[in-house]
Order: sequence, then structure tokens, then C-alpha cells
Amino acid sequence: MAMKFEKTGEGIYMLDVCGYVCPHPQIYTKKSLEKMAEGDVVEVILDNPSSVETITQMCDQVGHDVLDKKTEGGKIYMKIKKG
Amino acid sequence: MEVVDNTEKRNKIWAFLTTGILILISLLYYKTNVYYIYLVAYIWFGFAYGMMLQYGRFCFASASRDLFAAGVPRMAVGILVALVFFSLIQATLASTNMSTFHPAPFGIHTLISGMIFGVGMVLAGGCASGSLYKIGEGNGTSFLAAFFGLCIGQAIFVDVKWFNFLVPQKWIDSAIAKGLPADKLTSSFDTYLAGYVWNQPTLQLSQTKTISEALPGAAKYFIGDSLLNALIPAAVLLIVIYAFYIRKGFMKKRAKAKGRAMGFSDEFTGIWNMITASKRTTIMGVIIGIVAGLHIFVMKGMQIKFGVTNFGQLLTRMGHASDTSIKGTVFDPGYWYITSQEGQFGAWILEKFGWNMRDNIFFGINNGIPEPWRNPALWMSFGIIFGAMVMARLNNEFKLKLPKGELIVWGLLGGLLMGIGSRPALGCNIGAFFIRVAGGDPSGWLYGIGMVAGAFLGVKFFNWWSERKMAKEMEAF
Repeated sequence: MAMKFEKTGEGIYMLDVCGYVCPHPQIYTKKSLEKMAEGDVVEVILDNPSSVETITQMCDQVGHDVLDKKTEGGKIYMKIKKG
Repeated sequence: MEVVDNTEKRNKIWAFLTTGILILISLLYYKTNVYYIYLVAYIWFGFAYGMMLQYGRFCFASASRDLFAAGVPRMAVGILVALVFFSLIQATLASTNMSTFHPAPFGIHTLISGMIFGVGMVLAGGCASGSLYKIGEGNGTSFLAAFFGLCIGQAIFVDVKWFNFLVPQKWIDSAIAKGLPADKLTSSFDTYLAGYVWNQPTLQLSQTKTISEALPGAAKYFIGDSLLNALIPAAVLLIVIYAFYIRKGFMKKRAKAKGRAMGFSDEFTGIWNMITASKRTTIMGVIIGIVAGLHIFVMKGMQIKFGVTNFGQLLTRMGHASDTSIKGTVFDPGYWYITSQEGQFGAWILEKFGWNMRDNIFFGINNGIPEPWRNPALWMSFGIIFGAMVMARLNNEFKLKLPKGELIVWGLLGGLLMGIGSRPALGCNIGAFFIRVAGGDPSGWLYGIGMVAGAFLGVKFFNWWSERKMAKEMEAF
């Protein structure tokens, strides 16, 4: 099993941590955001509901914007802009 | 759209089906013998815990882990809120002689045990109660941790002689001097228990000479057990968490929005904001605290009604004495508890493979090995799984996730460490921390400090591990 962190465009990234359980999705999201520049956007794809609550609060505290959050076919898609 | 609707419909059907089957099982128990109402109460309190844990994402592992790994205090706050409410209800019950709480022997083992458990819960991705609710969400890694670690690993740990090299002679002498049946004093854990743990002091603030003399009547429970042991430490911890993790960011944002210098009242707003930041977790903290108190009240009420102090007595009355220990007891905490019953389930399985699991204190003298369908505390654990499953189905969050790759290793290793870490201090994040702190036993905090320290080490390891993997991924760009 592997996580995926890809650059899909200029300032746009994709982090796929499906299959991973706590605490991996939140750790990988935090580390991805640390490696991005301000204003860059990452789409995080995960399927661990507990992590969503933590990631949302982490973004709120640090000042990142959660642009979009949706659930489709058991997967959660979160679009986060680094603040 | 239709696919989504079908999934939602299917999830709802599963939720109602699961609840319906549990209702049917409860009725069958009642019809078999009225004494089984005692066991049915455990099922439904477990079910309620499961629903609340899943809805609130309530996991003790995430309390310290998310604080260290992501700087998020959501769960730490939720647990402290739950503690506040639970301790007030515990004090009310204790003052009306309706409490089943008892403090535990404490010492350095409490801290060490908490630390082992703390590392384990981070690796496994959930604490003892968190792993159960995550099984209900369909999480296979949590199943590995609970089944192989908490069930099988724990049962083996209390029954083997593998750790005799760690046992000093004075523990052996002290254990033998207690006059226990020789055929029940066989494992390393037996010698540790009878030769060391039982010699350690127990402490409940309301029962200390100073407090019980200074505060007669109910005040000793409210001030000694609740205020001193739970409310004040919880308030101090909330302030510390706020100061270290929230204050700077909050004040910066607020000063910018208000355009004025920040004052003392803004600090209060900041603390309140932190407490209400995750409403679902905080609200569940309040409700879990109240329900855990109600659970004690109901179990004590049943004990009074049936004239017993342990479900083993009812099992014996019903002709199932073989389920019990030589004292005629089974594991029946009378409140929310997680790990011991999983150990019993593990022992029951190992017995089917010819392993003698009754030649030790843990099962042979104290807890017995009931058939799983007659094990009240085990039904509470099943209740948690089913309650969480129903809540996850209703919110379309149930997803069967088989463990793969590294998660198999983390699940097994973490579960094993949790199984081992829950025994030396006679409990886990619930029994050794949550219940004891709320009941006025300061050793709960000792276990809690150990858990947090262990979680810190676990997070350090995962940080290193994920950094390594991220670096590999980023080679491409």
C-alpha cells in the first residue's frame, strides 16, 4: 500500500491517502502543506472519517482554507489552499 | 445520483437490521432468564457508547496524538469535558452509595504501563475503545489490533512464564506468602500481581484521613474526588493546551478582526472557542460523561435488585458455575471498561486450541472465562462495535477497509502493545485513566501521563516514517 503525493499542475497537488487510518492521513496532509508554497492548492483524497475532523480544525488554526469538501463513493475529497 | 441513493438506502437498512437483531437478542435473553437483564444492560450501554464514540470521533489516542502530530486539541478538549461531567455524576453516585467504583493499586508500574499503551495506541491508530468503534466503521486495521493484540495477545501475556527472568525473588516470596492455590500461581504475571501490585497502596481522595475528616458527608466526594482530582486538573490542562497550541493564533486573528489591543476577556473567549471548535466532539464529551455515570447507577441498581455484587453469582444461580473463577466471579466492572473482557475472549479461543487458560490468577481466580454469549462485559464491547456500526451506516461513513501493507504491521504491533500495556496497571485508557480520574483516584493521572508520553514517542516515530515516504514521493518533482 502506498500513499500518493503528486504535482498535477502549477501550484496544484494531489494527496491520495485512501486505505490509511489515523493518524496517517492527518500527518501526510500536514507534511504536504508544509512542503507547498502559500496559495498552492492540494486535493486530499481519504476514506477515514475521523481524520477529516482533525484536518479541518488544523486548517482553521493554521490559516489554511478548506475550499471544498465532498463525499463520493465512500471517499472524502478535501480541497485545501495553503494560507 | 441513483447509485448514491441506493447506497444510502442500503446503509439505512443495515442500520435498522443491526438494531433490530440486537433488540431480538435482548428479548431472547430476557425470555431465557430474567437475570440476563443484567447482561442486556451492558449490551445497550455499549451500544450507546459506540454511537457516541463514532459520532464524536471520540478516541483517546487522537487526544495526545493529534496534539503532537497536527497541533489540534479537539479530542483532548473532548475528553476533559467528558471527565468533568463524569466526575460530577460519580460524586453524586458515591454520595448516595450507588457507586461501583474502586481505586487501583498504584506505583511506577502505572506510569510504565501507560507508556507502553500510549505507544501502542498511536501505532494501532486507535485506543482500546477507539479501536472498537473503528471496527464498527469497517476498519480492518483496528480489527487486527483488537483481535490479535487486545484479545489473543493479552490472554497469552497473563498466562505465560516468559517474563520470569524479570521477576525478583521478593515478589515470588511475597506471592507464595499469600497462600493462593499453587495451581493458579503459575505465570510471570501472577507473581507480579500477587507479589508486587497487591502490595501497593490504593488512593481515593474522598477516603483519605484528611479529606474524610475535614469534609463529612457528600462534600468529600464532590470536593475530594471531583473538584480536586478531576475538575481542577482538567481546567489547568485546558488552560495549558490553550496557551501552547491555540492562544497565539487566536489572538493574532482576533486582534486583526477587532482592531484593538487584546485583554483578559479575550483570553476567555479564546478558551471557549477552543472548547466549542469541534461541536460534535464536545457535545459527545458531555453526553458520554453523563451516560458513563448513568451506567454505574443502572449496574449498581441491578446488583441491589438481584442481591449480588458480581454477575458470576447470577451465572451460578442459572447453573453456569463453570463460566466463573474459583471465587465464583466473572469480570464485571459495573462501569465502562474495555480490555479485560477482550482478554477473556482471547482466553476462550485459546482454550479451544487446548491451552489451559485457567491456571493463573487473572482468569482462574479473578475473572473466569465465561462463554462469550454469557459474558456481560464482552457484550458491552460488542455493543460498542454495533453501536458505532449503526451510527456509521446512518451517516454513510461505513466502509469495509481491509488492512494492507504497513498497516498490518502497525495494527498488530500496536494492538499487542495495547494488550500488554493494559494489564500491569489493570486497565486501559478507559479503566485505568478515564474511570479512575473521575472516581477520585490520582493514579488515573499517572496512567494518563504515561499514555501521553508513549503517544509522543509514537508520533515521533510516525513523523520520521512519513517524512521518509514523502521525500521518496517528491523525488519526481
